[in-house]
Amino acid sequence: MSFNEMLGPDGKVRLPYSKVESWLKQLGPSDIERALRECDARFRRQGITFAVYGDEKASERIIPFDIVPRIFAAQEWRRLSAGIEQRVRAINAFLHDLYHRQEIIRAGRIPEDVIIQNQAFVPEMVGVNPAKGIYAHIMGIDIVRVGDNDFYVLEDNCRTPSGVSYMLEDREAMMHLFPELFAGQRVAPVENYPAMLHKTLEAVAPSSVGNEPVIVVLTPGIHNSAFFEHAFLADEMGVELCEGGDLFVSDGWLYMRTTQAPKRVDVVYRRIDDDFLDPLSFRPDSSLGVPGILDIYRAGRVTLVNAPGTGVADDKSIYTFMPDIIEFYTGEKPLLNNVPTWRCSNPQELKYVDEHLAELVVKEVHGSGGYGMLVGPTSTKSQIETFRAKLLARPSNYIAQPTLALSTVPTFVDAGIAPRHVDLRPFVLSGDQVRITPGGLTRVALKEGSLVVNSSQGGGTKDTWVLED
Amino acid sequence: MLGRTAASLFWMSRYVERAENMARLLEVGYRITLMPGAVEGHRDEWQSTLASAACLQTYTAKHKQIDGTMVINFLLFDEDNTSSVKFCMRAARNNGRAVRTALTRDVWESLNSTWNELAQIDPATITPDRLPSFLDWVKQKAMAFRGALLGTMLRNDPYYFSQLGNFIERADNTARILDVKYFILLPRPTDVGSELDAQQWAQVLRSVSAHRAYRWFYKDSRYKPWLVSEFLILKDEMPRSLLFTYNWINAALKDLGTLYGQRYECHGLASEIQELLKNGNMEEIFQNGLHEFLADFMHKNNALSTAIAKTYNFP
Amino acid sequence: MRLHVRHTTHFEYNTALVYAVQRFMLTPLGFASQRVESWKITAPGMDKALAYSDGFGNKVHLASLANHQGPMDVVAEGIVESSDAGGLVKGIAEIAPRAVYLRQTPVTAPSEAMLKLATPVATKDTLPFLHQLLKQIHKNVEYRLGTTDNQTTAAQAFANGNGVCQDHTHIFIGITRALRLPSRYVTGYLVTGVGASSTAAHAWAEVFVPDLGWVGFDAANGICPTDNYVRVAAGIDAASVTPIRGSRRGGVAETMTVEVVVEIAQQ
Repeated sequence: MSFNEMLGPDGKVRLPYSKVESWLKQLGPSDIERALRECDARFRRQGITFAVYGDEKASERIIPFDIVPRIFAAQEWRRLSAGIEQRVRAINAFLHDLYHRQEIIRAGRIPEDVIIQNQAFVPEMVGVNPAKGIYAHIMGIDIVRVGDNDFYVLEDNCRTPSGVSYMLEDREAMMHLFPELFAGQRVAPVENYPAMLHKTLEAVAPSSVGNEPVIVVLTPGIHNSAFFEHAFLADEMGVELCEGGDLFVSDGWLYMRTTQAPKRVDVVYRRIDDDFLDPLSFRPDSSLGVPGILDIYRAGRVTLVNAPGTGVADDKSIYTFMPDIIEFYTGEKPLLNNVPTWRCSNPQELKYVDEHLAELVVKEVHGSGGYGMLVGPTSTKSQIETFRAKLLARPSNYIAQPTLALSTVPTFVDAGIAPRHVDLRPFVLSGDQVRITPGGLTRVALKEGSLVVNSSQGGGTKDTWVLED
Repeated sequence: MLGRTAASLFWMSRYVERAENMARLLEVGYRITLMPGAVEGHRDEWQSTLASAACLQTYTAKHKQIDGTMVINFLLFDEDNTSSVKFCMRAARNNGRAVRTALTRDVWESLNSTWNELAQIDPATITPDRLPSFLDWVKQKAMAFRGALLGTMLRNDPYYFSQLGNFIERADNTARILDVKYFILLPRPTDVGSELDAQQWAQVLRSVSAHRAYRWFYKDSRYKPWLVSEFLILKDEMPRSLLFTYNWINAALKDLGTLYGQRYECHGLASEIQELLKNGNMEEIFQNGLHEFLADFMHKNNALSTAIAKTYNFP
Repeated sequence: MRLHVRHTTHFEYNTALVYAVQRFMLTPLGFASQRVESWKITAPGMDKALAYSDGFGNKVHLASLANHQGPMDVVAEGIVESSDAGGLVKGIAEIAPRAVYLRQTPVTAPSEAMLKLATPVATKDTLPFLHQLLKQIHKNVEYRLGTTDNQTTAAQAFANGNGVCQDHTHIFIGITRALRLPSRYVTGYLVTGVGASSTAAHAWAEVFVPDLGWVGFDAANGICPTDNYVRVAAGIDAASVTPIRGSRRGGVAETMTVEVVVEIAQQ
């Protein structure tokens, strides 16, 4: 039985939800219909859409937004954010170590090959010293809850995590639709995220740059699934939104092509994957990136955010070592749990996975976005068998985890209000200090019983509240 | 401002203007087919609509027959046709989306909602009886876009670049419609002054929504080639005339020069064209050949567009 | 041996170059058995080029140019004095952790056939084993121009039994890495006779031999580098130390010709 975040195990309304629960009770069907209609129109009008790959027809969709907020008490959030901060600090220390002395390998805490042969490890980053020693400036840590005090980290997204624009727009929509709901309680604000991001980016400018570094957001372009977010963040921060072709290297510095003289660029918040960032260093056929940008970066003349090669820290084969990693770099026990994980590259563990496929969640080591995964308990026999063939053909490509009973939050569905499973992606900024947005993006699996919350697989989002004391 | 941003703003406005012009042309083309007259004439009328829209070649490359329904579909919805309303609105919206941060919410939402609605429309539902209201809708959307632009955008570089795109497209459109009428539609000299001739000049005016304005302006209800041409080339009072568009183009370039503190070759080129129109008179133009005049104008207009792109680092 | 090197890369285009950016890994480092007396790269944009040292200790230049008409030459030239150390490379600062040189890349990844040569040996026998491996690869893989290109993998070249120095080197390091011996890909030059010239630079492998240090192995020639060699750059595979890598706008139909002249310098 999943933990219901509004109604505790005893069926009583949990404290953080008390106001919302009574509000829900007095909400009539016409109010709801009006709200949903307004939301849909609002999001569509503003173009808050995402693209679904391989879906030609509806290539731009809006993510369904649910009007019942997901709520944390101040105390719950304090505990969570301490755990998140610990994890994020450890990950940055880990990345610095991997690209320098590799103490963790020398200490035998993590097998050499797991790092060195990892596709996401970028040899070009060896010996590079990013400003302030930060690699993953922006992270999204995926967390699930299974009990009152029981949280697990599912994934550490260290490359170019997206979703923060939904977090902000969800709050905007809620405050617009139900201002009265915010009146009676103190919900921690999230709208300063772009300002915090801007501060973080400023703080990690190359040390040679003066007071006002020139910052840009680098996007693959309008056909990228998260383009809305790229434009949104650039707009909110008041910086240029660039495509690769807008930037160029000249005489050892990075510039942008403007309607007037070229302008020097100091910090690039890039939303382009490593592979496509620089045809001179990575995929030579990429036209999305900027030729030579990595050399400028290696020479310390521009900051790339996040640094190239951060993917090695969120690789699923590394995930299983996270408790060790946290201990190694912080000297503390991890505050947040890791989900027990079987590595299918290990024959004994593979055997267990093979025998228990129907109970487990199996993921691709390098996958993301909920693509190419199996959720045993909700899959049909034939789906399981098809997946088994793939698994056995390339076991090292997979890891498996027990199916967690994700917590539920009441959600509007066709039949009225019903509990649906949720996860949480808080956004964490690391620069001169670690900044965590109170709350984050709650994703909800809209299908009954479904545990897959990814927007590409029919998930929706909720406004996420942290109540202040 | 990024050179690409300037280019996107320029093309965003250009495409909306093109979509609107297409709607006007189709409106006229469709109207003709409703008029009493030779049934056989319909084919010619659609052909002249295609020619005026500069789509005759691309159409005949794709279709063997000139058929009303097919022409309408080609000009409205065929996305292989870079002048179709749907193509233009998609391109305008994609350009706007790429520079979302340079637009006000009103401008963006007008583009976005137009595209969202247009994308939902099944071409099969735009039957002849629904065509006029659909064309009205396109025009209204284009005008709402321009209204949002005029009413909400700061008067700085994003605004100037979108104005440039708008009026360079309009100048090209007006010149082409006039040229097509004059040079292509009436191959036989005996037709000059005929009923058919008068009707075609009326269509030219209609396709730039100027038939009533013409009557007010010249206090004359007969459409004379000489006057129609003058109206569309030299009259600053007429918002689709070449002079009018060049006054606006020059104003935008001047403001841009002031903002950036620098004038370039394109400034000279634009004021040269403006002077040419200001000092032009119809007698001379007809003497030297209207077609030659218009061809030269379109060439210069195009050269200006290229010069602007180069000067301001369009990608 | 005092060697005079002149490495010319000549580019021609059908249209003008609008813009180009080029990375050069063309600068030799000095170390115990190699002294760089003089060295200069001449190329468009070189006066304002970015220069930095990468994590593998290489000196890298990044030059850019705009609106260039006509052909273009990149010339690396200088005098290097080298001495025979039996292939031993001492005195180069190591920045990258040695484990990085165990990374297999798509071009070094060994095939089953290659792994048959990877016999584990006791630490003290490492050097003799490597010499034996050197002879074996030299024998099995014939040096033949034009049978492979710069995308050819070690596995392919090994299966075909021929290739050029790049392929020999990839095969060698693919096998030694499989034996957990850190190995790197080295570029450089080789004097083959008085006044000889060639159309390419050379490449060989360096392996970290326990208790000894980095040792060079030239599998294409079946020997360890001598004082006839000039060592330039090292990385994990050929692509990571490409002497010239560039990107351009304009400059349609590029053709590239390379001339390398290495001579014994006059005293």
